[in-house]
Amino acid sequence: MSGNGYLTGEFFASGDDACAEGAIRAGCRFFAGYPITPATEIAERMSERLPEVGGTYIQMEDEMASMAAVLGASWGGVKAMTATSGPGFSLMMENIGLGLMTETPCVVVNIQRAGPSTGLPTLTGQGDMMQARWGSHGCYSIIALSPSSPQELYDLTIRAFNLSEEYRLPVLVMSEAATGHMYEKVTFLPPDRVEISSRRKPTVPPEEYLPFNPDSCMVPEMACAGEGYAFHVTGLTHDERGYPASSVAVQDKLVRRLVDKIEKNRDDIIEFEEDGVDGADVVVCSYGISARVSRIAVNRARQEGIKVGLLRLITVWPFPEDRIRQIARRAEAFIVPEINNGQIVLEVERCAAGRTRVIPLSHLGGGVHNPESILHAIERVAR
Amino acid sequence: MSKTVTDGKHLLDPYLRVERLPHIWCPGCGLGLVVGCFMRALLKSQIPLDKVAVVSGIGCTGRAAGYIKLDSFHTTHGRAIPFATGLKMARPDLKVVLLSGDGDLLSIGGNHLIHAARRNIDMTVVLVNNFNYGMTGGQLGPTTPLTARTTTTRAGNQEEPFNVPALAMAAGAVYVSRWTTAHFRRLEKSIHEALLKKGFSLVEAISPCPTYYGRMNKKPTGLALMQHYRDHSVIKSAPSPVSEDMDGEITVGKFVDIERPYLPAPGGQPA
Ligand code: SF4
Repeated sequence: MSGNGYLTGEFFASGDDACAEGAIRAGCRFFAGYPITPATEIAERMSERLPEVGGTYIQMEDEMASMAAVLGASWGGVKAMTATSGPGFSLMMENIGLGLMTETPCVVVNIQRAGPSTGLPTLTGQGDMMQARWGSHGCYSIIALSPSSPQELYDLTIRAFNLSEEYRLPVLVMSEAATGHMYEKVTFLPPDRVEISSRRKPTVPPEEYLPFNPDSCMVPEMACAGEGYAFHVTGLTHDERGYPASSVAVQDKLVRRLVDKIEKNRDDIIEFEEDGVDGADVVVCSYGISARVSRIAVNRARQEGIKVGLLRLITVWPFPEDRIRQIARRAEAFIVPEINNGQIVLEVERCAAGRTRVIPLSHLGGGVHNPESILHAIERVAR
Repeated sequence: MSKTVTDGKHLLDPYLRVERLPHIWCPGCGLGLVVGCFMRALLKSQIPLDKVAVVSGIGCTGRAAGYIKLDSFHTTHGRAIPFATGLKMARPDLKVVLLSGDGDLLSIGGNHLIHAARRNIDMTVVLVNNFNYGMTGGQLGPTTPLTARTTTTRAGNQEEPFNVPALAMAAGAVYVSRWTTAHFRRLEKSIHEALLKKGFSLVEAISPCPTYYGRMNKKPTGLALMQHYRDHSVIKSAPSPVSEDMDGEITVGKFVDIERPYLPAPGGQPA
């Protein structure tokens, strides 16, 4: 460890540990959580590591409280996160909504297990992908990232913090038990190799400050508690002063901006990885651990002479609609392996809009796909 | 009470978001009185105002944060305390105060209240108890007395209410008091003491809701309720061992004022 409390270099680490180190590297100095398999190790590591870097860990009484505490800490000007799994994620939806409405930067990690309900606590799943998009009530856009290795849990947790600070919203890291509990070589980066974003502070004196008055990039400057700005924050529909305003016009203006600040910056936010997609007859579109398993099948199909590409989604929300539309014009089929009964495949279908076949490949959780099953699906289409 | 009107301005105007007035509260409601007591107690405490954050949940009392010209947070229903816990733990230099109602803090937020008291988080809670849910139209709440009528207990409440001071005391609060708006001087003094207390302090303020609780229970005005609270209150040094009847004695007073270790631990660095 270097003198400033950061770990640097190569480590044999679990995805959960890598996530915690990524958070600390990104500047996270507050964690509130509640024990839950398979995300508990993140809390455990944060409870040990945060005090070493001058941060605060608190174990709350439940996940509603954890999420609320994270928002409170963020308004105190401290980068904050929580980590959970399906049952806790359900409880957090309420205050994820408050975070969206009040434009509060923070990070929520979901190490998914198989549901519904208590489901398979120790076994993997990807069943919360639509919940990530739509789980809190009302209209909004959100950012969700899907790492497919412990290294990416480190890298994308840093990116999640940066995005949350730039766009002022809760950013979701949607991993799964298989990756969270996977041990691999992970490189923890030195400070000069990491870019860190922080929320923009007000540039005007308190008398002139309008806390929800956005500029051209649609994201308002953020004062924090104790800085003398005497601002008001509410989950009610509010005007630029932050005051409640019950009108159709204010609702339209506010919610449209909350959506637009994400949707109109899609190019900056969306990240995916392609391998041989251009010119492929079949494109396997997947994310997280399922994309990693898909790679095995894709490589084997290529050995059989099939022209198959892999599109790995790193940003799942907002969904890379444009790229899917482009591919749909040329490829004969999409195959979408995911550990649920078909969630992201619905988005692929929507964007493909009937131009090409879209084949779901579901696994109901508790394990990952057998690469054979993906290979067979590719072969069936190619034949 | 200090002089209330000078040149058409209220003495507390500089500390209120006057541009948001008139407030949404009904005529005869006790909430204005509680906010007045709180602001005067806060000014008297000499805590620097830019280091004070006010947090509310949802409900009639939940709107209080929005009228006070300090850093103020109107959060989700029941979650004011955990939000405030995060704020205080991340920023130990702030004085964090909660103004919220009985439904918000004791029903949907009841678990958070007892845990914050147990942890002895350094915050002051002013719990306004009007015996029902005002904002949604006068339904049964966690403090509605037995036999009281509400819009969901037309034939009279059959549920035992919470004994708020006893609950806070058992959960570990280091300062617990209970007054009514008819005791506004004592209420103000008590809030002042609570603000200066280190650890989890709770002041229960019994406050008239003439619009619903009053009308449903034969005391249809703020005045009738205030009179009832004044006539039935008995000052004691310990909370009543049982929940009280709607027409019987109301035990008020300061019940707990002790010291024990609190969070965030003193001397810790702000994050
Ligand atoms: S409903 Fe009751 S508590 Fe709410 S503002 Fe009116 S009188 Fe006050």
